[in-house]
Amino acid sequence: MDNKDHVIKLDDVWFSYSRERPVLSATNLVLHRGERAALLGSNGSGKSTLFHIIMGLIKPEKGKVTILGKERQQGRDFFEVRQKVGLLFQDSDDQLFCPTVAEDIAFGPLNLGKSREEARDIVKKTLEVLGLEGFDERITYKLSEGEKRLVALGTVLAMEPEVLLLDEPTTGLDKEHTRRFFDIIKSSARSYIIITHDPDLIEQSTTKQFAIKDGRVYKR
Amino acid sequence: MIIENFAEGKSLLHTTDPRIKICLCVPYIFVIALSNSLYTAAAAVLIALSLIIISGLRLGNVLKSIRVFFWFILLLWVVLPFSIPGDQIIRLGPLRASSQGVLKALAISLKSTAIVFFIIAFLGTTKVFSLVHAMSHFHMPKKLLYLTFLSYRYIHVIYMEYVKLRDAMRIRGFRPKTNIHTYKSIGYLIGMLLIRSYERSERIYNAMLCRGFHGRFYLFEHFAVTGRDMVFLSIMAATLMGIGWMEWITKIM
Ligand SMILES: Nc1ncnc2c1ncn2[C@@H]1O[C@H](COP(=O)(O)OP(=O)(O)OP(=O)(O)O)[C@@H](O)[C@H]1O
Ligand SMILES: [Mg+2]
Repeated sequence: MDNKDHVIKLDDVWFSYSRERPVLSATNLVLHRGERAALLGSNGSGKSTLFHIIMGLIKPEKGKVTILGKERQQGRDFFEVRQKVGLLFQDSDDQLFCPTVAEDIAFGPLNLGKSREEARDIVKKTLEVLGLEGFDERITYKLSEGEKRLVALGTVLAMEPEVLLLDEPTTGLDKEHTRRFFDIIKSSARSYIIITHDPDLIEQSTTKQFAIKDGRVYKR
Repeated sequence: MIIENFAEGKSLLHTTDPRIKICLCVPYIFVIALSNSLYTAAAAVLIALSLIIISGLRLGNVLKSIRVFFWFILLLWVVLPFSIPGDQIIRLGPLRASSQGVLKALAISLKSTAIVFFIIAFLGTTKVFSLVHAMSHFHMPKKLLYLTFLSYRYIHVIYMEYVKLRDAMRIRGFRPKTNIHTYKSIGYLIGMLLIRSYERSERIYNAMLCRGFHGRFYLFEHFAVTGRDMVFLSIMAATLMGIGWMEWITKIM
């Protein structure tokens, strides 16, 4: 299984927030290019933590993190990861920080060195895809929870990531928007891992399931 | 938003280029602060008031938002007339109010009211983000700009956390009284507020990192000075010269 077509690979990863209780112990996980996986597990089992390790936001105590074919150890190794892997946070309030929707969506593309005109096009296109035309000047912290969720997805999609990590993306979305959400991610990213508790979603939009229990990831 | 209450709108003042508003606001404040004549001060109040009316802000809301300021003014009126020596006009027991003192209090009230109104009309109608952008056009140091922008962001974050915690306490029937339970609960509120805003700011920073942030803010909004902006600038500049001229003739008279 050591061929180069994996996008995410964790080898024997250990992590704990406090000494007494390790959150992840000897965790292994492989996601191949094009795979659509679900990550299941009870509350507090360490699902969000796992995503944060993949993005390099927290550092494992032990183990090897290989993303897009390269081992990632230090902070700067993760710059490339953050451009190509998009993380949708569990809490959209953490994700949106610019005053207007347009500025928030443009933030990522501008960081990637896009020009202002390109960024404006991306904002327009992204809002269209999400069915949020005319939201440009809306104030981010005054949106409804569901709207925030969609805009947060927009800020991630605007960077055109190769891999998506979605942390309970559909909580708070109605049926129509949930369907739309999945149409969008299926067409925009080839690989993703999604944390969800919704059995329908697992059935319809994933080809592989991971379950996390007692700090280890199992393939189902 | 606490500070941006007046920033949303479509009026002339809201849509004028922020750079022009800054260019006007600063000299207006200087001229008014340095003026001595009551006429100048009164004229400035009227001009500022008309700007606020043009900007479509509800005068009631504006006055309410600066009510703390009026307490200072009131304090002035209590202290100044009795502490500046001069021709006596009223006598309250051992206290004598002088006409010079009253005039001084009046001048300070008018001048400071005018300045506050001008700040609301010029800067209050601009979003903080735009102000920071505009400041960057004036080549302010980058670090100062980020500091301004981020403190503003986090003040908002802390305020929102406060609102959430306060409401969480309220819906469970919390009402402040003078007892240990109240002090303890408010202690928790403040403690939680500090910790939670710290953690949230950390998560926001993480989210920024995930979107490729590496220490630079790029400006998305682009300002363009329009013909209308230039007309506004000219009119306001002429008005300012009018105020200056008034100051000058009242002085030589
Ligand atoms: N910042 C933190 N400091 C200390 N402990 C934490 C921190 N964040 C999470 N934990 C703990 O780590 C464990 C895993 O948390 P994590 O957020 O990864 O769970 P999760 O699987 O995403 O849960 P959920 O389904 O509720 O979102 C939990 O027991 C939690 O209490
Ligand atoms: Mg979680």
